[in-house]
Amino acid sequence: MSEPRTLLAIDHVSKNFGRVTAVDGISLDIRENEFFALLGPSGCGKTTLLRMLAGFETPNDGRILLDGRDIAKTPPNKRPVNLMFQSYALFPHMSVRANVSYGLEMERLPAAEIRSRVDAILATTELVPFADRKPEQLSGGQKQRVALARALVKRPRLLLLDEPLGALDKKLRGAMQLELKRLQHEVGITFVIVTHDQEESLVMADRMAVLKDGRLLQCDTPHAIYEHPADRFVADFIGVMNFVPGQAAADGVVATNGARISGKVPATLSPGASAVASVRPERIRLFPSVETANRITGTVDALAYHGLDLQLHVRTPLSPKPFLVRVTADAADRRPVSSGDQVELGWDAADVRIFAE
Amino acid sequence: MAPALAWLAALMVVPCALVLALAFFRRGIYGGIEYTFTLENFGLVFDPLYAGIFLNSARIAGTATLIAVVIGYAAAYAISAAPRRWQPVFLFFAVLPFWSNYLIRTYAWIVLLNREGLITQLLRWFGYTGEPPSMLYTEGAVIAGLVYNYLPFVILACYAPLSRLNPELAEASRDLGASAATTFRRVVLPLTVPGIAAGAVFVFVLSIGNFVTPALLGGGRFQMIGNLVYDQFLTANDWPFGAALAMALIAIMLLVLTAQALAANRASGHVTQAGGNTDG
Repeated sequence: MSEPRTLLAIDHVSKNFGRVTAVDGISLDIRENEFFALLGPSGCGKTTLLRMLAGFETPNDGRILLDGRDIAKTPPNKRPVNLMFQSYALFPHMSVRANVSYGLEMERLPAAEIRSRVDAILATTELVPFADRKPEQLSGGQKQRVALARALVKRPRLLLLDEPLGALDKKLRGAMQLELKRLQHEVGITFVIVTHDQEESLVMADRMAVLKDGRLLQCDTPHAIYEHPADRFVADFIGVMNFVPGQAAADGVVATNGARISGKVPATLSPGASAVASVRPERIRLFPSVETANRITGTVDALAYHGLDLQLHVRTPLSPKPFLVRVTADAADRRPVSSGDQVELGWDAADVRIFAE
Repeated sequence: MAPALAWLAALMVVPCALVLALAFFRRGIYGGIEYTFTLENFGLVFDPLYAGIFLNSARIAGTATLIAVVIGYAAAYAISAAPRRWQPVFLFFAVLPFWSNYLIRTYAWIVLLNREGLITQLLRWFGYTGEPPSMLYTEGAVIAGLVYNYLPFVILACYAPLSRLNPELAEASRDLGASAATTFRRVVLPLTVPGIAAGAVFVFVLSIGNFVTPALLGGGRFQMIGNLVYDQFLTANDWPFGAALAMALIAIMLLVLTAQALAANRASGHVTQAGGNTDG
C-alpha cells in the first residue's frame, strides 16, 4: 500500500478572542480519504479549529494548507471545504431540493447537471420522497440527511461535521454512526468530525486528535490512543480507567498504602515523583488462575449487569475510588459474586500505564 | 373579550357609523346638514380634481414608505449585527423621538429646513454664499417629515425578524459558495420580508391619511386627502362630503391592510398546507 497522502496540513495554528486563547499552536496532518475526529471536552478549541478550516475564523498565527496551498485567509465561499452545521442550518424557506441545489447554483453549473447531481445525492441519502418538503416538515434524522446531502453534493475536498449526531436520540445515533462511515466510504471524501463523545470517535474515526484547552494532546488511531494514552487526561477522557495514585519507582508505582504496582515507567518520570498507575477495567482478571504481576484483594461494593458483561465496583486499599472491573457474562456465570464478597483481582504489568500526576 | 368588544363598539364602530351615515346626506345651504338621502357625495369623490388628490397622496405616501423601508431596514440590519449587549441601547435611541410630541418633532423640521434655518446656516458655515435653498414647503419636506416620523416603526418591525434569524443560515450560504450579496438576496432578505411588509404597511397607512405634516411642512400647497377632509369639516363646512372622503380613505387603508394580511397568511400557510404527513 502506498504512503497515504496528506490532504490538509494544520501548521502551528493559533486563535485568540481578546485575551482568551481558543486554539494554541496546533499542528495536525489530515490524510486523503480518512475519517478524522477532533475530540475534546467543551471549550477545548475543537469548534474554533473547525470554523477556521471552514473559513469563518481567521487564525492569528500559523498556516492551513489544503493540497499544499495556504487557505487560512480564503473566504468560506472560495474554498473547496464544506461544513455540516450542528444546527443543520437548513434554509427554512426552501424545499429539500432547493436546499440541496443551492450550492451547485452558486457554482453556476448548467441546470441539467445540477438536476442530475441533486437527484443522485437525494437517492444516496434516501431523501427522494421528501424532495418537495420544507425543513420544518422533516424529522431530526431527515434534517440531518438533508444537511449532509447539501454539503456532499458540492463534492468538497474536505467535509467538516460539527457534532453531526448531537441532536439525535441515542438509538438513532448508533445507526447514523455506521451510516456516516458507509457514506464516507461510498463518496470517497475526507471527513473531519468534531465531537465531545469519545465513544463516537472511537467507533467512526480512522484517526483522531484529542484536544484540551486549545492544545493538541495526542493524535493517533483510536486503538493506539485507547491502549497508549499520552497522558493522564487522555487516559481518563477516552474510555474508562482505574487510577492508583502514588510515587514513581524503578519498576512501577508505590501506592499510598505501600503496595507496589508493577509496570513500565516512562523515562521522563524520575523515581520519587508523583505518579499514577492505571489499568483498563477489561484488563483486570477476577480470581486470576495464572500468575499476574499485580494482585490485590478487595470488597465488592456494587454490581451492574449489562447483558454482555458484568461491571463490578471493588473497594481496595489502593485508591479512594473503587476499582471498576468488567467481567464477561461467561466468567461471571462460572464463579458468581455478590455485593459484600471478598474478591481477588489481578492484572499484568504489560497492561499498566504510568503517567505523571 | 366582552369588555374589549364594548370598547371597540363605543370608540370605533359607533363613530365610524356616524361618519358613514353623514356621507349619505346633503350639505345645507348655510353649512350644516340637510337630512335628505343622496349618493352625490360619493360621486364627487371620483371627480378628477379629488381623485387626483387621492393619487397624489398615494404617491407621496408610497415614496415616504419606500425611503423609510430602505433606511429602516439598513438601520435594523446594523443594530442586529451589533454586539448583543448594545442592541437594546441602539433600539432605545431609534425609538427615542417617539417620546416627544408629533407636532414638536414636525416643528423641528421647520427649524431645520427654513430659508435661514440650520441647514442653510450649516451651508454658510462651509462657505456657501448663494441664495438659500428652498426646502421648506416642498413635497420633499413633506416626505422627509413623514419618513422621519414613521421610521422607528420600520426599524422595530424589521429588527424583530432580523434578530431572530439564525446567523448560521448566512454562514451556511457562504459555506455553500454564495457571496455576501447573494447570501443577503437569497437567504436574509426572503426570511425577513414579513417585517418589511409590516413596517411598510404601517408607514403607508399612517402617511396617506396624514394632515399635520403636509399642513406644516407642505405649507398647504401640497394637499393630501387628510388636509382635504380637514378642510371640508372645518373650513368649507361640508360635513357630508368630508365624511365621504374620509370613508374613501378608510376603504383604501382597509384594502392595503387586507392585502398584507392575506399575503402574510399565504406565506405562513404555504408551509402548513402541505404539512399533514411529516413522518416517514
